[in-house]
Amino acid sequence: MTEDVLTIKHLSVDFQTLEGTVHAVRDVTLKLHPGEVLALVGESGSGKSVTTKTVMQLLPKNAKVVSGSVEYDGRDLLKLPEKELQNLRGNELAEIFQDPMTALDPTMRVGKQIMEPLLQHQDLTKDEARQKALAIMEKVGIVNAKERFRNFPYQFSGGMRQRIVIAMALICHPKVLIADEPTTALDVTIQSQILALIKQLKDELGTAVIFITHDLGVVAGIADRVAVMYAGRILEFGTVNDIFYHPQHPYTVGLLKSTPTMDMNEGDLESIPGTTPNLIDPPVGDPFANRNRHALNIDFEKMPPFFKVSDTHYAATWLLDKQAPKVHLTDKLEQRREHYAKLAEREAQADD
Amino acid sequence: MKKYILKRLLMMVLTLFIVATLTFFLMKMIPGSPLGNTMKLTKAQQLAVEKQYGLNKPVWQQYLAYMGGVLHGNFGMSYQYNSTSVASLIGHRVGPSVLISFQALVLGVVVGIVLGCVGALNKGTWADAASSTLAVIGISFPSFILAILLQYYLGFKLGWFPVANWNGFPSTILPTVALSAVPMAQVSRFVRTEMVEVLNSDYILLAKAKGLSVAQVVFHHALKNSIIPALTLIGPLAVTLITGSMVVENIFSVPGIGELFINSVLSNDYPVIMGLTMFYCLLLCGILLLTDVVYGLVDPRILSKEKGEH
Repeated sequence: MTEDVLTIKHLSVDFQTLEGTVHAVRDVTLKLHPGEVLALVGESGSGKSVTTKTVMQLLPKNAKVVSGSVEYDGRDLLKLPEKELQNLRGNELAEIFQDPMTALDPTMRVGKQIMEPLLQHQDLTKDEARQKALAIMEKVGIVNAKERFRNFPYQFSGGMRQRIVIAMALICHPKVLIADEPTTALDVTIQSQILALIKQLKDELGTAVIFITHDLGVVAGIADRVAVMYAGRILEFGTVNDIFYHPQHPYTVGLLKSTPTMDMNEGDLESIPGTTPNLIDPPVGDPFANRNRHALNIDFEKMPPFFKVSDTHYAATWLLDKQAPKVHLTDKLEQRREHYAKLAEREAQADD
Repeated sequence: MKKYILKRLLMMVLTLFIVATLTFFLMKMIPGSPLGNTMKLTKAQQLAVEKQYGLNKPVWQQYLAYMGGVLHGNFGMSYQYNSTSVASLIGHRVGPSVLISFQALVLGVVVGIVLGCVGALNKGTWADAASSTLAVIGISFPSFILAILLQYYLGFKLGWFPVANWNGFPSTILPTVALSAVPMAQVSRFVRTEMVEVLNSDYILLAKAKGLSVAQVVFHHALKNSIIPALTLIGPLAVTLITGSMVVENIFSVPGIGELFINSVLSNDYPVIMGLTMFYCLLLCGILLLTDVVYGLVDPRILSKEKGEH
């Protein structure tokens, strides 16, 4: 396999708040392969955004990286001077934000906003930058780009604004794109359009994407690999197939079980009992232990290491230890899978 | 846009008419007479003078006569300054007042924006505290106290600036500084509050994510968005400057309209009172209109609402 584009190693990030120190990210290790989409999945407050904000070095002032490194292009981003980081941001590392309604400067024409990264990072005349900006506006699906170039953000709908944000992020052909819940604030039909657009553009440009989401439906549609985060830690990672068909960690299983499907009856949807742990005083062992029906004693005492499930698939749960009792976690999921298989078969027959 | 300005101009005429009418009748209720010390005049002399100026007629007839004159561009003659028309009186006096008010506004707004930015960018540090303290002093200190302090220490004790008299640019400095305290303080508070909010917004984070430097982020994105609310202040600030300038002009003996206004009220110089009131009113309406137009130019969302497109 070729070299990884981005390697996050043993990253821990703390936030100083009035109530105390919040350990938002704890010992996160992640690798991003070239050209792939890595989905970072987890509920709110699990540390997904903090991890990627650390990569971009755009953490708020009260955040502090306690340990770890973020290697990109042979350098540790955490040790780079601000000037060099500015050269990377928007150029080789780009980010798309969650809410397109607030991500654009309301008083600047969108064309100018799209040209900004170009003029910042490439030695172009205004006119050349303008041509490039118009080209990418058309590429992201803005009709009448020439006229729209001089419009202000309020003259665009949410979906169109997200297209503009994507255009800005991709205009310098970045090596790494961080998409922080780019479809969460959009309605469902627009969501799928934006997802298709991101997919198409990243294939064209060969950009590797870290895709943050809490929507497993979105993950299935776009990701190559998935990392599941909970309470500041990564609990399981693997390919999409590994995670969807062979989940090992009880939390991953719980997440999958609580994803609704179209043909579900009322009451079928399961939820995970309890709430996420307080990260000011995080639990010593597996952070999910107190909500886990199958938790072992050791889960409360010691953080499990990553157990290898396959070459691509690792999970941090003591259930994978040789001494652990065999627990069958995935009955419901298997039923669901069989159900889908039958549906697919029936459809295939109907097509004949 | 043109239609909007035209509408506002018509409203301005209506405002002027109402202000003139109210002022006219209120002014007539002020005790005293323009004749000054009436004791020294005989009854016949008094009647003759009153007749000459039309003061013997019923108030409503005086009102109609005055308004008729105004319609023809005739604002009457001053009682106090012999045979000088009100228009030329104001014309001669308006220069110094406008000069110091304008200088004070520019100085106050510019320094206010800088202080506000310094405060917001260094939130929670000593620089922020210093800028806040300065703003509080500026707001709570009446401009005439500041004027007297400046006059005494910088003018009299240190002799850096002229104490009074109107003689070129140096003599405008102290009145300008005294008047600029309030705009400076208010603008800096507004800009600071707004900029703290703007700096926390997504589009600033996005601008940083594009690779812009802190200075670029501030000058290209944060500044414009932070100034917009402060623009609405300029109207009310103009009012403070006008009223403030009346007192400050007196302290520094600036031969402006503020001083003229005070003298005219004290001596019941009706045509001058009316003329100046209408002048102030016109000035204020004009500034408010200008503020709204500038507001629309800076924030495109405002104009589109006026046009009804959204």
